[in-house]
Amino acid sequence: MSELMSDRAIDRSKMQVSDEVAIEINGMNKWYGSFHVLRDINLTVNQGERIVIAGPSGSGKSTLIRCLNALEEHQQGKIVVDGTELSNDLKNIDKIRSEVGMVFQHFNLFPHLTILENCTLAPIWVRKTPKKEAEERAMHFLEKVKIPEQAHKYPGMLSGGQQQRVAIARSLCMMPRIMLFDEPTSALDPEMIKEVLDTMIELAEEGMTMLCVTHEMGFARQVANRVIFMDAGQIVEQNEPEEFFNNPKSDRTKLFLSQILGH
Amino acid sequence: MSDTHAHSIAFVRETEIPPAPPPAGETGPVKWLRENLFSNAVNSALTIAALLVIYLLLSKTLPWLLNGVWTTSSLAECREVLQGKTGACFSVLTERWNQLLYGFKYPSDQYWRPNLALVLLLFAIAPVLFFDLPRKLLAFTAVYPFLAFWLIWGGTILAPIVALVGFVAGAFVFQTYGKSSFAVGFFGAIAAAFAVWIIGGMLIPDGASDNAMLQAVPSRDLGGFMLNLMLGVTCVSLSLPLGIALALGRQSDMPLIKWICVVFIEFVRGVPLITLLFVASVMLAYFFPPESTVDLFLRVVIMITMFSAAYIAEVIRGGLAALPKGQYEAADSLGLDYPQAMRLIILPQALKISIPGIVNVAVGLFKDTTLVSVISMFDLVGMIRGPILASTEWNGVYWELLGFAALLFFVVCYGISQYSQWLERRLATDHR
Ligand SMILES: Nc1ncnc2c1ncn2[C@@H]1O[C@H](COP(=O)(O)OP(=O)(O)OP(=O)(O)O)[C@@H](O)[C@H]1O
Ligand SMILES: [Mg+2]
Repeated sequence: MSELMSDRAIDRSKMQVSDEVAIEINGMNKWYGSFHVLRDINLTVNQGERIVIAGPSGSGKSTLIRCLNALEEHQQGKIVVDGTELSNDLKNIDKIRSEVGMVFQHFNLFPHLTILENCTLAPIWVRKTPKKEAEERAMHFLEKVKIPEQAHKYPGMLSGGQQQRVAIARSLCMMPRIMLFDEPTSALDPEMIKEVLDTMIELAEEGMTMLCVTHEMGFARQVANRVIFMDAGQIVEQNEPEEFFNNPKSDRTKLFLSQILGH
Repeated sequence: MSDTHAHSIAFVRETEIPPAPPPAGETGPVKWLRENLFSNAVNSALTIAALLVIYLLLSKTLPWLLNGVWTTSSLAECREVLQGKTGACFSVLTERWNQLLYGFKYPSDQYWRPNLALVLLLFAIAPVLFFDLPRKLLAFTAVYPFLAFWLIWGGTILAPIVALVGFVAGAFVFQTYGKSSFAVGFFGAIAAAFAVWIIGGMLIPDGASDNAMLQAVPSRDLGGFMLNLMLGVTCVSLSLPLGIALALGRQSDMPLIKWICVVFIEFVRGVPLITLLFVASVMLAYFFPPESTVDLFLRVVIMITMFSAAYIAEVIRGGLAALPKGQYEAADSLGLDYPQAMRLIILPQALKISIPGIVNVAVGLFKDTTLVSVISMFDLVGMIRGPILASTEWNGVYWELLGFAALLFFVVCYGISQYSQWLERRLATDHR
């Protein structure tokens, strides 16, 4: 496993976990037809936590974080995001979605809009931000992900890494309190993985609450304050990264780590 | 392999190779001919055969076209002038020009009205077709249907004004109440519009059209290519929004809406247009209250619109299905609601994918407007088959008349097709 660690030291001064609860999942279950994908999930995430979710393919990692902004419906249990309970009430769902940013494996930028328009669309239509202000904010975040000069191009003209950074900027423009990442680097070439991870590290340094599904164990070691291991729809083990990697408790975790780290 | 390795693998270029012109015979028309027309024996034979066919076609048609007679007043006179030589009798076109364009009943001193409507049409559709134009021009586009109605049908100006006010009232109600609840806004808007139309209809005095500024022209007096254009433009512009609504309805999560759309689309697609037109001409009257004589033009517009909307809906459904699921998810995850996601993200992309299909339907629809000749409306083809070919002067002039009709339709359809290709290039933003 290539360790794509950032070469610079990480500034942990703002990476503080507060007592405020950001996400609370209680006894959550989900089925696809008769297939039990998520089984009795209990998880509390505090404001400012950086959580990495790992696990073999098909273990339900994507499904779990997609339940958090109601891209998938859960059938049992309770999910409270930022004080709002996820229910069938569309108002609640739209409120939660505007507070929670999501970054996808395949970027999902809007190909018919320029980079700038991609970033200003939701603030203008959902938050009713004036166009000028939305554009200023978009440029601010595009600078932050280091591609302000691409603002007037279309997504199809950018490299994968650049597109993923735009996707991150697009989410940030909504000023979310929580960011969800679903394998943000899995569709990228190695040299592009680093630029995206650097962006994510910066975000963590600013104290953003993050839930990342990723196979980048270097990132998990450096940035996460908690690693969650899932298998067959259940949370099998969770721990601080040091303990998780050096001293895994469950056999399934050991097996998974030995495969992914190639020991 | 081995001898390159025998030397040294390392290599560094020290001198720059200057660019040289290509060898003679590798550029210019001779090369083009050799590569494209005579690259091998079969290709050469095909080229010669094609040239032969072109020669045969031209040698027969050119004299016919060039010898054409333009100024006689009947076929018999025409034959006299030609004295047995080959030559077309184009005088039927010049002599019956107005009938071909406007039908034979539209008052001839009023031709300026449809002409003006056609010119204004160009201004009205320009901002729709070319979206780089300032958006303010769309205000004229919104008023145009009512203006054109008044110009072409004449009569009291109150009728189009009441119609316009009804739409404005509906739009106003939708703006005010649609935000909190889509259903309330939607049905409220329909109710408001109908209220205005009914009350306004009662307020218009009975004889209002008798001495109106523009002489009233009933629908049955419309005809010629004008009728084809009117049907084509009206039905295309109505069936596109209806088709989008049907396509979205077919995808809906609400079973009732979904089933209504599916049944409508499948039923209308499964029936030939010509039967729908017969229904329009004889049977549709049963669905309206007996005393209301719903205009034949309106009935035909309803039928053609339904027909092409069903096709357009299926084309757009293909476009919607071609969009990756990630686009819906990205729109959802940003907090856009359903109307916003559709309008800003999904439809712009789905419609772009559907352009060739939609244009296909539009071109087909425009040509299908000639089918109204079967239910005795005198459109261009109806005029030719009826009053013109049946007249004693021009009985038997088929090629010139039908060729002219074909030419008119070709010009319009070719224009539509060129526009769609321009639009596709203009919208091409994904470089994948
Ligand atoms: N829409 C669906 N319908 C039915 N089954 C599904 C659906 N989506 C996912 N699944 C199944 O649910 C299980 C969990 O899927 P999920 O995408 O959450 O896995 P994952 O942990 O993200 O895997 P990966 O690492 O491959 O992305 C898988 O077995 C998958 O086949
Ligand atoms: Mg996944």
